[in-house]
Amino acid sequence: MSEHNITLNVNGAPHDVSVAARQTLLDCLRDELGLKGAHAGCEQGVCGACTVLLDGVPVRSCLLFAVMTESHHIRTIEGEAGADGALSIVQDAFWERHGLQCGYCTPAMILTATALLERTEQPTDAQIRDALSGNLCRCTGYQQIVEAVQLAAERYREDTHA
Amino acid sequence: MSNSGARQTLDNTAVAAESAAHERTFRYVGHHRRTKEDRRFVAGHGKFVADIELPGMLHVALLMSPHAHATINSLDPSAALALAGVVRIVTGEDIAALLAPMPHGLHLPEIRGFPLALERVLYAGEWVAAVVATSRAIAEDALELIEVDYTELEPIVDPERALKGGPLVHPQHGTNVLFQRTFTWREVDADFAAAEHQLSHRVRWGRNATVPIETFGVIAKHDPGTDILDVWASIQMPKFSENIASCLRIAHTSVRAHYDVDVGGSYGVKRGLKHAVLVGWLARELARPVRLIEDRLENMAGGDAHGPDRNFDVDAAFDADGTVRSLKIRALDDCGAWPGRAPLQLGKPVGAIVGPYRINSVRYEAISVATNKTGQVAVRGFGQAPTNVAIEATMDLIAEFLGRDREDLRRQNYIRAHEFPYRIPSGSEYDSGDYHAVHQKLTEAATAANIWQWKAELRERGLLAGVGIASVLEPGGGNAAFEPLMNPRNDTTTWMESCLLRVDRDGGISVAIATSTSGQGHETLMATALGEELGIDPDLIRVIHSDTLIGLPSNTPVASRMAIMMGGAAAGAAGVLINKLKQIAAYNLSLDAEELSYDRGVVFVTSDPSQRLGWPELVGIAHRQYHRMPPGMEPGLQAQYVYQVPKGRDLPAADGTVQMYPCYAFEAHMPLISIDPLTGEVQIHAYLIAHDCGTLINPDIVKGMCCGGIAHGIGAALYEEFSYDAHGQLLTGTLMDYPMPSTREVPAITLLEHCTPSPLTSFGQKGAGEAGYLGAPAAIVSAVNDALAPFNQNISNLPMRAADIAKLIPAHAITASANRL
Repeated sequence: MSEHNITLNVNGAPHDVSVAARQTLLDCLRDELGLKGAHAGCEQGVCGACTVLLDGVPVRSCLLFAVMTESHHIRTIEGEAGADGALSIVQDAFWERHGLQCGYCTPAMILTATALLERTEQPTDAQIRDALSGNLCRCTGYQQIVEAVQLAAERYREDTHA
Repeated sequence: MSNSGARQTLDNTAVAAESAAHERTFRYVGHHRRTKEDRRFVAGHGKFVADIELPGMLHVALLMSPHAHATINSLDPSAALALAGVVRIVTGEDIAALLAPMPHGLHLPEIRGFPLALERVLYAGEWVAAVVATSRAIAEDALELIEVDYTELEPIVDPERALKGGPLVHPQHGTNVLFQRTFTWREVDADFAAAEHQLSHRVRWGRNATVPIETFGVIAKHDPGTDILDVWASIQMPKFSENIASCLRIAHTSVRAHYDVDVGGSYGVKRGLKHAVLVGWLARELARPVRLIEDRLENMAGGDAHGPDRNFDVDAAFDADGTVRSLKIRALDDCGAWPGRAPLQLGKPVGAIVGPYRINSVRYEAISVATNKTGQVAVRGFGQAPTNVAIEATMDLIAEFLGRDREDLRRQNYIRAHEFPYRIPSGSEYDSGDYHAVHQKLTEAATAANIWQWKAELRERGLLAGVGIASVLEPGGGNAAFEPLMNPRNDTTTWMESCLLRVDRDGGISVAIATSTSGQGHETLMATALGEELGIDPDLIRVIHSDTLIGLPSNTPVASRMAIMMGGAAAGAAGVLINKLKQIAAYNLSLDAEELSYDRGVVFVTSDPSQRLGWPELVGIAHRQYHRMPPGMEPGLQAQYVYQVPKGRDLPAADGTVQMYPCYAFEAHMPLISIDPLTGEVQIHAYLIAHDCGTLINPDIVKGMCCGGIAHGIGAALYEEFSYDAHGQLLTGTLMDYPMPSTREVPAITLLEHCTPSPLTSFGQKGAGEAGYLGAPAAIVSAVNDALAPFNQNISNLPMRAADIAKLIPAHAITASANRL
């Protein structure tokens, strides 16, 4: 099995890692970089729990090989809070609206919602549900997740227009 | 949180007197407050079992049986063992003689189960061998190099056939019937004879489960110095470490399960005993930490995490005026190859066998049969959700038979608010409720949302539209009564819960709970309950998850019990602490403790509040100034309390009557759906639920439970099933084949809360962990059948897949719809 020395750009910082060709981005983030916020759920691209942002776009890290992602900007949940630990707007809205229960799908939900709000200032409820439809949650029934994204959208607008 | 709704509607004197105790104004209970847990999850700081790294840790992958029923002739691991990185391969033969069989809920000592198959495989997916390697990838590679020679045997797949005979799953047991008992409560035959009408029907609840996004995982590490086996697991199971120890034939004190592991969803299914026994044995044998994290197929096929799989045959006796007199319910459950606790899931519904209705008598025949399928575990509601479908489908059919409005018929038969506490035929006493008031909120919401007009408009557009009605109970508080009911050898009558409270030298409060959390918010619950009792901000109370060697007894968040049980434990511990503080103050003020009051950390003279001892002084006395403590008093400031289930006392009577759970929450559902006439696809346009679980401790958590439970129920009603073919092959082993509802399938939900306090609990709270789920499947069945009513069609096979619904839509209806669409 071939090993590859690659440099991944994760949350704005370069990381040199040696990975097997068959290692997924998910396993690389978790096992090589210690970034445990992306979670394995189905490992076949259905549940979305492994979602990270690749150049700002939500992707399934279980379906990408780490070696494929070298020239891209990867964002994980660990990079969303500020250096001082202050939560991002979306993170804080999920907490405020209790848009989670067990927390397992939560990092992926937050990243997916963040990507939506970074490209759509005033998403409709239908757009929010559409954007989140690739991320399964078994706890919440999505109600408080959608409400959290609505709240985050309001706060984004306040931030932008303040 | 106001309880005024309850005060207006409860006119029973005894209950009213009891609920007066709950007419206090809450500082923290019932208010919107951010949970204690959520912050770590949104930040990506959750600690799930797969996140734990231990030096030298080995990884397990499992070889699963490709056959539903076969003899294992030989197994050759040599090629796999030769692969670099493979440390060990074990089979059932290697370990069974060293282990005790895993416990069942029933007394069936002849059925002996071990983590790995022994001589015969009993279902497709059963574990045949475990590979231990330096990485999971290597272990998976090695699986493909193991050679197994099987002789296939005829499997038994159909539960009705299993009931009559067929190939035996456990020949030593002599039959495929694991449990069969008929309970008759009150005058069933007389009620049927006297009734003006009868009807019969069948409901099928397909085999599904809650299927958390996180699979089950466990890590074990043995310390030779202390001889303690440490276990970290994604677990929600009472007596987990005790069962591991018993199976490993070691002392209970030699296993320490850690509860500070975040569990990525459970809803009942995270049991994992066979996983933990296997990994625990390997960790001791290999003197290395060993980890097993199921992949999705291991979870779906071999994880023994399926739920009830049940056929109901219901006979109902009723009068022309709509009075429902009696029910006969036969429930046949296909429990799969291993009994586990599955047969017990036929027992819990005994506690709410008549739903919210005044039904005089019931005959209940509960049957559990073994087949060559994956085993079951507890699933949210422990058998109550399927039973509620059977009861509610019966009410709809009676309404149809009599030409009555479905809601009106339910209102007519509801137990009246003044009748509580109300004893049902099977012996349980419902604590409190006002079903008419809750239903009225649903009716008002339906009017506000124009549900009925909306339905008419959908029909105008050429769709088949229907409104569903379901009114169901959520028994909460979980005592063990169904265990002795189903297994007379089991004499358990307590499922206690505990609180271990410490005040440190700085006055800080920490409290240990002896359970892990899988999304129910137990840290928030305990801090809120304790904060309320002590008058101290819950944000200042540290809640930790202890382990099984330090923690006091707990029975984990099964059975909608934690609000009731942890709330009770918190109240008990707070009472002990306050009493001690009063005694300290009384000694220092030279008064009797009876003359003192406690409020928000201060003890003061009731008649002269200016005479007082504040929190820092009280803490200082307890921790340092023993000369100021009453002689003989235990130094320090700590309290423990173990809380017994309210009304949990008696073993079942000979006729099976027993007080099952103490508290009964009520919920009334109303979904509006449409069906595409061509494809049979169901779309849910609106979903209303009126819900009463007594006093809300954290409204956001209760809301999440209701909405999440409804999503589970939608899945069970329309999409999810572990389907097997005639050869016993699982057809839906991945999330592609086992479709779970997404944001597209789950609509926005309108939740209306009502509060009828329980007279039995610390704040008037009831359970909410199974909310939504216990009524949503019944409500969707009702809605689909309302949509099909114009064609005189009825469906009661769950899941009601689009293809199954489409078959019921006549061609003329499709044409007529197409012309309008």
